[in-house]
Amino acid sequence: MALHKPYADVPGTTIFDAEQARIGYHLNQFCMSLMKAENRQRFKADQRAYLDEWPMSEEQKQAVLDRDYNRMIALGGNIYFLAKIFSSDGLSFQFAAATMTGMTQEEYAKMMLSGGRSPEGNRYKGEK
Amino acid sequence: MARITAGVTTSHVPAIGAAIDLGKTKEPYWAPVFAGYDYAKQWIAEQKPDVILLVYNDHATSFSLDMVPTFAIGCAAEFQPADEGWGPRPVPVVRGHPELASHIAQSVIQDNFDLTVVNRLDVDHGLTVPLSLMFGQPQEWPCRVIPFAVNVVLYPPPSGRRCYELGQALRRAVDSFDQDLKVQVWGTGGMSHQLQGPRAGLINQAFDKEFLDRIVNEPEALSRVPHIDYVREAGSEGIELVMWLIMRGALDEKVIEKHRFYHVPASNTAVGHLVLENPQPG
Repeated sequence: MALHKPYADVPGTTIFDAEQARIGYHLNQFCMSLMKAENRQRFKADQRAYLDEWPMSEEQKQAVLDRDYNRMIALGGNIYFLAKIFSSDGLSFQFAAATMTGMTQEEYAKMMLSGGRSPEGNRYKGEK
Repeated sequence: MARITAGVTTSHVPAIGAAIDLGKTKEPYWAPVFAGYDYAKQWIAEQKPDVILLVYNDHATSFSLDMVPTFAIGCAAEFQPADEGWGPRPVPVVRGHPELASHIAQSVIQDNFDLTVVNRLDVDHGLTVPLSLMFGQPQEWPCRVIPFAVNVVLYPPPSGRRCYELGQALRRAVDSFDQDLKVQVWGTGGMSHQLQGPRAGLINQAFDKEFLDRIVNEPEALSRVPHIDYVREAGSEGIELVMWLIMRGALDEKVIEKHRFYHVPASNTAVGHLVLENPQPG
């Protein structure tokens, strides 16, 4: 019997569950490797070559090269692991969060200052 | 005998740590956040706890996907501030309490909570930001700290109910330790926030404020809230709030609320902070 996933109908949200963790294992472990300065340097020097050292799917590698965080999450990435990529790029959590929402960082920061994204209309897929 | 005297809850947003380390605490964006901790700084200077049992989560720092323990207790004498990718935070080394920690592990495991014992553990912002918020920037942390790591990264984290009952088991463990120690339990993380996907930036002030009320006054009922309610209402990362229930389970059924603070935003997150005391015995 399939596991019940009541969180599947939460809009704009991917829960990092056991299945996502299985799909994203190598992607996330690649991210962990960027905690070491020498690995960050090698990654920055030749991103493609560094990624090719990991048994990741071509889609996962392309999503990293594109810095497409929503895509990386769909392919099993977890935000705390992906944080190693944008930190290596010298970018903040707020920058990364903004890119995933399609807003500029300025627009996103303004939304947060005025109390954040309301839960109204954001609880269920298809909700108005 | 050792006894649990008080509980503290606080968010542990990494940007708060950066604001402290970079001397930005007086800037208009940050000043209101830090003002919310003025009371607690003074309170803890008077309380002088011997040990803090600090419930937090690791953020893909010391625990990668190679190993994901649901509950892990740090039993070592020392824990180094972790290098999270931009060098370790300039904060003191965290000194543990191996005697109490190993006593707790033995007691709690026999009480049916299967902890993972960890002796090599670098501690990330989840643990060091709460220490900085409460103690400022001392040369040495003024007390011992036992790191208690909870998995809230890989779904599912432990249920609120499990966390609450674990807190009760921690209470029994501390109560049965022979040394005369004042122990505080801290629950960290939260409040509402979501860091990923098109719904990033979610904040639910109504949920947060109700949670603050209920964790003080009706923790038993609050502990039965299912995961999906946290995800839907408080955001995918808001689920960290289950860690507060460990703190609450370790306190008396009735507590004295000494201080409450709530603020939006700190970076992507709603900040919540409570200081709770157990009534004095006798």
